[in-house]
Amino acid sequence: MAYAAGVDVGSTQTKAVIMDEHRRIVARALIETGANVVAAAENAYVEALRNSGLEEQQVEYIVGTGYGRYRVTFGNTQVTEISCHGRGAVHVFPDTRTVLDMGGQDTKAIRVSPAGEIHDFCMNDKCAAGTGRFLGAAAAALEIPLERLGSTALEAEHPVRISTTCTVFAESEVLSWLGKGKAIQDILLGVHQSIGSRSIGLLRRVGIEEQLTFTGGVAKNTGMVHVLNESLGLQVNVSEDSHYMGAIGAALFALDYVLGSRVPLRAREAAA
Amino acid sequence: MSYAAGLDVGSTYTKAVILDERDQIAGRGMVNTGFKLDQAAQRAFDQALETAGLTAGQVSYVVSTGYGRYQVPFRDINVTDLTAAARGSRYFFPETRTVLDIGGQTMKAMRLDERARVQSFRLNDKCAAGTGAFLEKTARYMGYSTAEIGPLVQTSKEAVTISGVCAVFAESEVINHLSHGSAPADIMHGAMVSLVDRSVQLMKRVRVEPEVTLAGGILRFKTMAQVIREKLGLPVNLPPEDLVQFVGAIGAAALARWRWRARQEKALAG
Repeated sequence: MAYAAGVDVGSTQTKAVIMDEHRRIVARALIETGANVVAAAENAYVEALRNSGLEEQQVEYIVGTGYGRYRVTFGNTQVTEISCHGRGAVHVFPDTRTVLDMGGQDTKAIRVSPAGEIHDFCMNDKCAAGTGRFLGAAAAALEIPLERLGSTALEAEHPVRISTTCTVFAESEVLSWLGKGKAIQDILLGVHQSIGSRSIGLLRRVGIEEQLTFTGGVAKNTGMVHVLNESLGLQVNVSEDSHYMGAIGAALFALDYVLGSRVPLRAREAAA
Repeated sequence: MSYAAGLDVGSTYTKAVILDERDQIAGRGMVNTGFKLDQAAQRAFDQALETAGLTAGQVSYVVSTGYGRYQVPFRDINVTDLTAAARGSRYFFPETRTVLDIGGQTMKAMRLDERARVQSFRLNDKCAAGTGAFLEKTARYMGYSTAEIGPLVQTSKEAVTISGVCAVFAESEVINHLSHGSAPADIMHGAMVSLVDRSVQLMKRVRVEPEVTLAGGILRFKTMAQVIREKLGLPVNLPPEDLVQFVGAIGAAALARWRWRARQEKALAG
């Protein structure tokens, strides 16, 4: 059996996935990226290896992705996170035509072909509005753990309208709504709706085609999923592995190298 | 003696100024705005009354301004921040034609005509990267408080390049620079330079005409004015050090004085 790995070094978390030649995930690992990006990549990969029970040399090819992909010093090559999220989403949900990836610092809308090739994409590059950070700021202001943000928002009855665009100002707006006596649930749903409408703006720019797959760490947030479903009038696909989607895509690319060039790769190794 | 007051309810601080009949500052007050804007306005006003040794009854006219100007229950009228900043700049520098006002959550540039009427203005209140919040965040990422920004930057030898497009993304940039051994003072200095670049762009869009007057709490950091002067290539007027945050409130108070006088004259004529 041949194996390949994908390591997705995100701004907030680093994810590693190991896949066998039948494209089955054999192990995952997720750690906080922190300040030392090189170490984060290594630690995530080592943990995935340990979880898989494989030896290091059994993994034939490693692809790095994410903003820190060039810091995956042990990687064989790098692929952009856009390609990896597209590829991963189509692998997990084969009818995916549009992908919304919401991570800690960026949000991307991607339109893909049935083969998982990228047709078009759009992202927020310069501004943290409408990214996971906006939720993080609200969570911090309201002192609610990130994991409970979505479920708390779903208890809202009269969501407030968040008018600020900037993540920094959102924090003060959240506090001022609290000061006006609004319920935390109503404020939180307002925050989710605000991010939702920004990401739908991005999606519209690439064109929304069903099915839509929601990936990235924020896809774990049930409130966000609800807001997207309601606003778009459709059911978005969300996988248990949504936050591993980039790493899955990277592992799939790595597997291409392994399966497509198996003999020469081994031969090269033997020669070395 | 009759007095007039200006209340500037800003996003971060609420300022109050009382002017006497000779347009001299009789009293002033400043409190954190917090979330109860009406209470903040009352507290700032009370403080100003106390320093002036006056009672509320002796103040004939009150003009409010700032984002919380509608939450000042004891106001006679309210005016926009732009009008107040324009008037306040003229109070100190009668030849002012261009004003740059950088506060905690806004940045405004405006051009005035000879009668202090606003001819053109540009405003940023959507993005923290163009406001004082950018410097506060940058300081916070490095473990410094807002009060420490001024002294810190004065020890800087050379500004580090900071992209300054987003106050949130600045965090990774700051951490990156720190891990590469840059001094916090130089990073802070770089943040100021990037903020000034943005403000100069904003000013150019209203067309800069001399004299240029600066206002706003950001001027508490002395390096700021120096960097603005360099980037603009023009001399700039600075309000007295202890009054940089009061320019809007003074402008509002000056307008209150003017309205009161107009009312008196009308009453006399009638």
